[in-house]
Amino acid sequence: MSIDLGLPGLRSGIEGVPTFDGEQNAKEYTSDQEVRWCPGCGDYAVLKAVQGFLPQLGLRRENIVFVSGIGCSSRFPYYLDTYGMHSIHGRAPSIATGIATAREDLSVWVVTGDGDALSIGGNHLIHALRRNVNMTILLFNNRIYGLTKGQYSPTSEAGKITKSTPMGSVDHPFNPVSLALGAEGTFVARTIDSDRRHLTSVLSAAAAHRGTSFVEIYQNCPIFNDGAFDAIKGQDTKADAIIPLEDGQPIRFGAPDPSGQGAKGLVRDTETGGVKVALVADVGEDAILVHDAHNPDPTMAFAISRLTDAGYLSQSPIGIFRQVERPTYDDQARAQVATARDAVDGTPTERLAALIGGGDTWTVV
Amino acid sequence: MTTTVPKQVKQVDRVIIRFAGDSGDGMQLTGDRFTQESAAFGNDLVTLPNFPAEIRAPQGTLPGVSSFQVHFADHDILTAGDAPDVLVAMNPAALKANLGDLPRGATIIVDTHDFTDRNLTKAGYTSNPLETLGDANDSAPGSLGEFVVHPVDLTGMTVAAVKQFGLTRKDAARAKNMFALGLLSWMYGRPTETTITFLEKRFARVEDIRDANIAAFKAGWNFGETTETFVVQYEVKPAPMAPGTYRNISGNLALAYGLVAGSVQTGLDIVLGSYPITPASDILHELSKHKAFGVTTFQAEDEIAGIGAAIGASFSGKLGVTSTSGPGIALKSEAIGLAVMTELPLVVVDVQRGGPSTGLPTKTEQADLLQAMFGRNGEAPVPIVAPQSPGDCFDAALEAIRIAVTYRTPVMLLSDGYLANGSEPWRVPDLEDLPAIDPGFATVKNHGADEDGQPTEFWPYLRDDETLARPWAIPGTPGLEHRIGGLEKGDGHGNISYDPANHDLMVRTRQAKIDRIADSLRPLEVDDPSGRARVLVVGWGSTYGPIGAGVRRVRAAGYHVAQVHLRHLNPFPKDLGEILKRYDKVLVPEMNLGQLALLLRGKYLVDAIGYNHVRGLPLKATELALAIGHLVSEAEGIEVDLGVHGLTTPQEVS
Repeated sequence: MSIDLGLPGLRSGIEGVPTFDGEQNAKEYTSDQEVRWCPGCGDYAVLKAVQGFLPQLGLRRENIVFVSGIGCSSRFPYYLDTYGMHSIHGRAPSIATGIATAREDLSVWVVTGDGDALSIGGNHLIHALRRNVNMTILLFNNRIYGLTKGQYSPTSEAGKITKSTPMGSVDHPFNPVSLALGAEGTFVARTIDSDRRHLTSVLSAAAAHRGTSFVEIYQNCPIFNDGAFDAIKGQDTKADAIIPLEDGQPIRFGAPDPSGQGAKGLVRDTETGGVKVALVADVGEDAILVHDAHNPDPTMAFAISRLTDAGYLSQSPIGIFRQVERPTYDDQARAQVATARDAVDGTPTERLAALIGGGDTWTVV
Repeated sequence: MTTTVPKQVKQVDRVIIRFAGDSGDGMQLTGDRFTQESAAFGNDLVTLPNFPAEIRAPQGTLPGVSSFQVHFADHDILTAGDAPDVLVAMNPAALKANLGDLPRGATIIVDTHDFTDRNLTKAGYTSNPLETLGDANDSAPGSLGEFVVHPVDLTGMTVAAVKQFGLTRKDAARAKNMFALGLLSWMYGRPTETTITFLEKRFARVEDIRDANIAAFKAGWNFGETTETFVVQYEVKPAPMAPGTYRNISGNLALAYGLVAGSVQTGLDIVLGSYPITPASDILHELSKHKAFGVTTFQAEDEIAGIGAAIGASFSGKLGVTSTSGPGIALKSEAIGLAVMTELPLVVVDVQRGGPSTGLPTKTEQADLLQAMFGRNGEAPVPIVAPQSPGDCFDAALEAIRIAVTYRTPVMLLSDGYLANGSEPWRVPDLEDLPAIDPGFATVKNHGADEDGQPTEFWPYLRDDETLARPWAIPGTPGLEHRIGGLEKGDGHGNISYDPANHDLMVRTRQAKIDRIADSLRPLEVDDPSGRARVLVVGWGSTYGPIGAGVRRVRAAGYHVAQVHLRHLNPFPKDLGEILKRYDKVLVPEMNLGQLALLLRGKYLVDAIGYNHVRGLPLKATELALAIGHLVSEAEGIEVDLGVHGLTTPQEVS
């Protein structure tokens, strides 16, 4: 799969962040702390990919900040030799908003999980997306609570039997991509922990995007929810399970037909107004949807996101759903401050004296 | 303006006026204008706005009554006054709601226009109290027999006065507050220019409304001048004040200015993360106007995001501030704990209001002290600073910033609703007197040594020997990359540590750091002029005014009492314990059920005696004087009779 690296002519997500001219490598981005995830955890793969990817950004390491909340994935910042904060449950997007707004010269990353971002921190997530603060949010979705040892999460399938739901959960799960699109996220993507190439390419596009980049990463928890993503990872099953989204390309998947392309494709569903899977042989190539990530209207991206199984995952669109331009909160907030500053003369002390001595005053001699 | 009735001019040393009307009647504006006129005239003054939480409660009802009390004097005063000398009541509900606060003989000016059956019923009157005026036998509860009542058709006269501007009847009647202001301005010889200038500016875009308001204001003045209803004009001379430039200022405005001053003095831009909440929102509003000072205001999605953004900003090297009231503090508690653990500078402003839960949003209280002190999980000490008057909010904000930046810690700034909305003349400080505060960012490594003796590592939890503050290394500083967070830190290196001995050490170290702030505090000023007092009154926050006024009354009656007021509630000043032990009795007046008293008892084993009211209003000086007198009597074994100083009525001077 190839990835679109952003719309030409737009400000990049890392513009304003000082660059590093020399060579950097993954080792420099690795902290001296022992990594303490369970053996086989999908987090290792994501950490390796990020440590390998960050040097490619060519930024000064001291100008990169990782912020996390609470949960297994939120230990992430400790393992990167950048600036970082392991904060409190669910609040990382708000802290990152403060950092991104305060400093244009920082590349800001949030690492979160399905519980952290979608349960306790749901409000901050949707408001970060709404404001379009320039940062990248990596949501590690393992569809389970790992750190608290195995309760169902807001992305667990209904009926999930866990320690806290011995008769099965009765909660309807969130589809993180649908949620992000509903909040009008300007960059919404989904990738997989074990597909390093795809993961890295999505990270590149996310970093290049100016605004809130939301990346859901399917991540396996070998202890409490092992095999949750087997269908999209299995060599025999993934062709039918992954619906690949590539900008400008017809959305086709499944076992190849004689032309070498997937025998299945996405077409408009005239009955529901949504999107459905059809055999290309039945509907003809022209009926197959061509993916347009830059469509200002999120309707089609949302319709595609609905093809994600809410129950056991046997089918899921993977790739960049949406990538559109919208002014960012932090750029505009800084611009207002800059405009106000440009409009005044005098030292801060002189202006402070004028401020506090203003209004209706009188003098006693 | 010509005089047709000979008027008598009486000099008084102080007057308390309360303007009361429906919440849509513009009483806050009227009171504010009267205050500005009095300030311009040179009186000392203190104000007490009092309004319902509802924006427009049902018209004409008791819950919809809004009032503004102003106390002005020819001498230094400390409170908005216990009981009004004059009540201006714009409708039956305003009369009924405020009557109970008036002392016998008080003057009442009533707008008769709204005394209709319908409005009387709405206010809960079964008959019109104005109809029995002058009836010598009228002594029924709620009657007006013991007051000097002036029934005036303020609305009717206003409508007549503004007829030429062709307004609708409703718009014309709305200028009645300016008519009332004009009348009161005449009665007390207030300068009128500032109000006319104000009206010209405020309604610059709507000519007819502007002209109508000015005309109503002048008509009110002229009415006082010409009518026989009012035969006495009062004079309250300017109060002697220390030389300087003065302005009238409310607590929220002074607090916002203090934050901006702190930004200038530290060289750090402010990032305010805040969620609208009464009575703190004005701080957000005010700071949003000061972007030219580098102030960023972030109106967050909730209280937690507000403080989250402030913490993020502090981590980035800015001055993170969050402003709220008690319910907001409850939501921010976990994040305050994070700031304690990460040891980042942060100012948390709590403009206290009546609680618990939603409580009394527009009323004042001091019941968040223990929440500020202890309202977090774990041992999480937070310094607490409290202003004592509206103008003092400026200095208190600056002090909170000094502590936050110097000691790398969140600081609680405990204001309250009375300070926030109340106002007083404030001497504009000379900026050269303000402290310079050095953020002292870390720029170089601080641990280990290479062959040349140069440090090889950065340890984010190595501490300053004197303050125990940790280095503040901000992103963008090469070589100092580090990770902080809510998990327990290893001493020095700051990596995660679950070691039992380390946790014990870190808990004690965080406490010791806060305790060390006391080293930087000036000795307390104990006000004990005779040196013979055996009773000490200890207060904090906005009770300063009422306590001071109560203490003055007791002294004026010839008795001895000492007063000390605390700016710092955590840590306490070092000499507090010794001071407490010097006195036989310690009285602690608070607008809560004894929170400071609990702390003093716990720390100093002193028998602190509480004086507690939680009525949503400031303590009353007279009641405090009586309580102090009672203790003086016990401590000295004497009879105490405060005489006239135990009464609420003001003294006339000849």
